[in-house]
Amino acid sequence: MDLFDKFDPLIAQKSSLPFEKADPFKVVMEKVLSETVAIIDGRETILAGTNNYMGMTFNEEAIAAAKEALDNYGTGTTGSRVLNGTYSGHKGLEKTIADFYGMDHCMVFSTGYQANLGMISTLAGVDDYVIIDADSHASIYDGCAMGNATIVRFKHNDIESMEKRLKRLPEGVGKLVVVESLYSMLGDAAPLKELLETAKKYGCTTLVDEAHSMGFCGEKGRGLCEELGVEHLADFIVGTFSKSVGTVGGYCVSNHPKFDVLRLVCRPYMFTASLPPSVVASATAAIKALERSGNRRAHLWENARRLHSGLKAAGFTLATETATSPIIAVCLPDPLIATKFWEKLLLNGVYVNMALPPATPAGYNLMRVSVCAQHTTEQIDEITRRFIATAEELGLNVKAA
Amino acid sequence: MANAQTLDRIFELVTPFNKKGIELQADTTFATDLDLDSLTVMDLVAEIEDAFDIILPLNLLPELETIEQVADAVDRIVADND
Repeated sequence: MDLFDKFDPLIAQKSSLPFEKADPFKVVMEKVLSETVAIIDGRETILAGTNNYMGMTFNEEAIAAAKEALDNYGTGTTGSRVLNGTYSGHKGLEKTIADFYGMDHCMVFSTGYQANLGMISTLAGVDDYVIIDADSHASIYDGCAMGNATIVRFKHNDIESMEKRLKRLPEGVGKLVVVESLYSMLGDAAPLKELLETAKKYGCTTLVDEAHSMGFCGEKGRGLCEELGVEHLADFIVGTFSKSVGTVGGYCVSNHPKFDVLRLVCRPYMFTASLPPSVVASATAAIKALERSGNRRAHLWENARRLHSGLKAAGFTLATETATSPIIAVCLPDPLIATKFWEKLLLNGVYVNMALPPATPAGYNLMRVSVCAQHTTEQIDEITRRFIATAEELGLNVKAA
Repeated sequence: MANAQTLDRIFELVTPFNKKGIELQADTTFATDLDLDSLTVMDLVAEIEDAFDIILPLNLLPELETIEQVADAVDRIVADND
């Protein structure tokens, strides 16, 4: 018995996709010219699928801070945060994030994935319940799987479905409700106010993952909780540095008075190497820059609305009625057309993310575009034009799709 | 062995998900016989939860492959709640 036999159906499925000249699993950025342009297979390509919402990957202050940290502290810490891996930069970054949110505590993780994994698996114990949205990110599901709590799912963004399940829970148990504020595949926003108010009505502790909303939602860019004025209803806010912050890492902020005990019990925090000082320095600089990036936020939203309306006017079916986020998800009728569309669009010089079932909610076949604040208006219009040209080349009647 | 009433009710709930139109039996499996993907199973689980006013935890699902196994689990959960 070959241990790899169980992967045969997946290998067969991947092999059946009719890519000819490009394959989403083999895209290599040969040269990155800016936040929005790279050379892929020798061609200059507009990057429209990078999650680099606020375009911080080339922020001058972040780059300068990273270079200085490299010179002063070297390339890595070679240790866990609880051993030799805590430098002054790590403590400074945690203070910067806590101050950004106006909260008492912050813990930085080595990735956003580990932040969810660590928080969920540690907070909810064997007698507790975790209540999650059915469309939750893999890091939330994996955090649930790693812990010992009982896991309850409710229908995506459905307050009534959540409340029905909260009513059925036994009395006197620990309850952790976990929701995302913006969902990464369709870019749809959660009815956070109603969800959090309902959770609180039933005495739940709440954790909100702001991975895809931090940076551009809210006046200061703290996320959808800030925008909706419901930060006081979120006991824990989790986020990532790999989207709007433009580097890698994750964090959790909270006002819970016993929060710091997590540093002694949270395995994905304790048993992994801490972030390199250069990453820590660039994240710190980027978050400070994000706070004062009101104009960039405004331009990002302009870009998102312009792309959404342009594609809609061309007849494409979009996953959300309006631009509720910088994620504009274009729905295509079947996986085969999606595969051909993605490849042709890349050859036409636009890189987006292809997302197919079972990785997508409700079985959507998606061209997932993530807009960047650094896209020019001309680039946004060019993306729209190339979408239309690609559909024409494929003979796809998008209005009928 | 599941309560006959529970089993009948679950047959009713599964019927709209039986796109292949196969004859439903107690040992019909969700993944192989009905060819349900994980997203569809989630919708079915929600229907079962609401019909019996129970919680069918995500942790239990890997062990529930057939209609009868689900009916047994529902009976157990209902009994525990009483």
